[in-house]
Order: sequence, then structure tokens, then C-alpha cells
Amino acid sequence: MEICGGQTHSFLRHGLDALLPSQIELVHGPGCPVCVTPLEQIDKAIAIASRPEVIFTSYGDMLRVPGSSTDLFSVRAKGGDVRVVYSPLEAVQLAEAHPDKEVVFFAIGFETTAPANAMAVLLVQRKGITNFSIITAQVRVPPAIEAILQAESCRVQGFLAAGHVCAVMGFHEYLPITEIFQIPIVVTGFEPIDLLQGLYATIRQLEAGQAQVENQYQRAVSQQGNTAAQQSIQQAFQPVDRKWRGIGTIPKSGWGLRPELATFDAELKFEVQNLLSQESPLCIAGEILQGLKKPWHALPLAKNVPRKTRWVPLWSPRKGPARPITGTIDKISLDIESPSPQGRDNNYNKNQELWG
Amino acid sequence: MCLAIPGKLTEIYQKDTLRMAKIDFGGIAKEICLEFVPEAELGDYALVHAGFAISLMNETEAQENIQLIQEVSRFDDEVS
Repeated sequence: MEICGGQTHSFLRHGLDALLPSQIELVHGPGCPVCVTPLEQIDKAIAIASRPEVIFTSYGDMLRVPGSSTDLFSVRAKGGDVRVVYSPLEAVQLAEAHPDKEVVFFAIGFETTAPANAMAVLLVQRKGITNFSIITAQVRVPPAIEAILQAESCRVQGFLAAGHVCAVMGFHEYLPITEIFQIPIVVTGFEPIDLLQGLYATIRQLEAGQAQVENQYQRAVSQQGNTAAQQSIQQAFQPVDRKWRGIGTIPKSGWGLRPELATFDAELKFEVQNLLSQESPLCIAGEILQGLKKPWHALPLAKNVPRKTRWVPLWSPRKGPARPITGTIDKISLDIESPSPQGRDNNYNKNQELWG
Repeated sequence: MCLAIPGKLTEIYQKDTLRMAKIDFGGIAKEICLEFVPEAELGDYALVHAGFAISLMNETEAQENIQLIQEVSRFDDEVS
């Protein structure tokens, strides 16, 4: 299982999956913070972004993710002030430039992104800015790996750990996991050669009956990770139980604001903690994120989605995760059936047989 | 989401109590924050995510990374 959606994207984009022998199956893990952000958080973000006094800021990939009934792009289309930022520091600058407005930042991400979010909060606190707050949906990788391995239905035999998460956190957290669950974990980068090396190292361990943490991405990752970034996370956040979309709550799998920084918590500021959310019964996100189903299994279900809300949930089989698709079902079907590498078709057929 | 790319630090300065830098990504200049790599010096290569340097690379490693990205990009252009 490759943990990171960026790795999944790279595998598919470069056709590496088509080059692999049939005995090796890539299972795409829950490593996309956009995909695993719970519906409740998206609904809260939408409710806050709809307020006239708010400038809502977010990384671009969150804007198309559907909530219970709409998405942030639609809020913007209806006149909401929703802005895409490249860094949370840009959101802080907006708060300073617009003291008459409330600036809210959608703090999603894994451990790679959490330090930047933390620094924004710490900077705002240091500067005494009062019109800035964040809505958090940050998640931690090690508890997710443990949850996957503890599931009775788990088929995963090895992990490619997300290289940039490990650039921040190091890989010492994975050492007890390999020991307890006797499973190889290889820290892996994102270029095609990185991924092939990561796979090779994993398979070599499996064939030798080993279960260790290996670091393929040595040019960016050390065992201890980036201690300055870790300190920022510790100063601003604490581990909290976190719900993952389609999976449910995983203990201590999120980063929430520390109690002393509650004044920067947008959920409290705008009193949206108790919003009711309604997930579609058609959503199979959890089974996909645990490697039990493939993204294309969502497509037949999508035919039952009303035409007005024609979203295919969260994945594009050819383009990887984190790409919610709009368009007609016919177009989406054509996208899948258009010419593609033979190996990928074989994988598709193989998995169709496997899963029905 | 968790993608990060390497670039070369071309200018280092203080801004808003933070240590910041100008970084060159193959001809594109961006402002980034250096708070997580306090040891960074002018000319170093940094891996950047969400406006923050999260790791430093030596020049050989960074050039290898950049070369891999460029090779794949050229290949993609040829294929398409």
C-alpha cells in the first residue's frame, strides 16, 4: 500500500502500475487529506464561508470537495469571499490587510502541512491578531496505518511510507509498527525511480521474511525528521481523536488546537460544532481508502446520483485520487474506457473479476 | 497535497519576525519561510511545501531531483 495520494498519482501518471507483474497489486491508501476530510468539517467550512463578514481561505484542492449539499466553489459562485492561498501565511496577511473582516483558514493536511498551519497560528498569536481563526482537519499517518493493519479484512503486506510526511516527522514512529505487525515499511519519494526502488525494497524484505523500516528517500528524510517543524506542531496542536471520511473515528489520529489557543478555533468562534451532516449512502470511500475496493467501483453507484448533483465521489481511476470529477456519467465512463496502456487494462479487468 | 519541490535560496531576510527567503524554482521566484530550517544559508537547496522549507538538500541531491523531474516532464511532452 502506498500511503500518499501523491505517490498514487505518480504511479498512475507514469504508468508504473502497468509495468508490474501480476503478483504485485498496488493498493492505494488513505494518504490524501482532501479525500479523508470528514463531511462534517466540510459542512462547517461551507457554513462559515457563507457568512458575509468572512474571508474564507483554503488550499485549492478543497474547493470542489462536496459537503452534504454543496461545495466551497458554489459558495464563491453565490458571492461568498472564498480565496485560494498557497501558504497559510498568505491568510495571515489577509487578516492584517482586512481588520474589518474575519479571516478563516481551512487547516487540512498530514504531518507535511501541519507545521505550516501551526506556524500561522503561532504568528497570529505573537502579533496579537484577533480576526484570524482556523478550522482544523489535520490527520496523522501512524494511527491510520495501525487501524488498517488491525482490520480483519486487511490484505496489505507492505507499506510505502509518504516521503514528505517523513521529511517532517522522521520515521521513528514506524519502528514499533514494523515490530508489532511484522510488516515492512519503506520510506519512499515521489519520482518514478523512487517508487520503483521503494517497491523493490519492500519485495526484497518480503521475500527474505524481514519486517523493517527502510529509507529509500535519504536525500530528504532522516530518522529524527525536522525537529523545528515538530516543535511548531507541538506548540500549536495536540493529538485528538479524528473522524476520517468513510472510515470513522481513529483514536489520536488528528491534530487539534491546544486548549490555550482555542481563541483561534473557527468552530468555536462561529458556533458550528453541532451542524448535522448527511453522508450519501452511496459513498464507499471507506472501503476504497482501506484498500478493500477500487476507485472505479464507485462509478456504477454514481449512476444513482441525481443529475443536479452529478459528482463522482473523490476519485478518478485514470488520474489518481484527490480529483473530484464533475460532468455527466457518460463522459466519465468514456474517460475510463478510452485507450490506455495494455497493462492497465489488464489490471482493470483483473480487478473487475476480483471484485465483481 | 503533500508534494514538495526543491529550489535554490537566492535571498534571505527577516519579515514579520520570521526568517524568510526568495527561492528559485527553475526560473520561477517565490517567497518561502525558513523557520523550520534555521541552518539554511544562501545558495542551499530546500524542499518546499505550502510556502515552508521542510528539508535541505545538498546541491548534488537537489540537482538529481530536479533532473528527474525535468526528464519525466520531457518524456510526458514527447508522449503527448
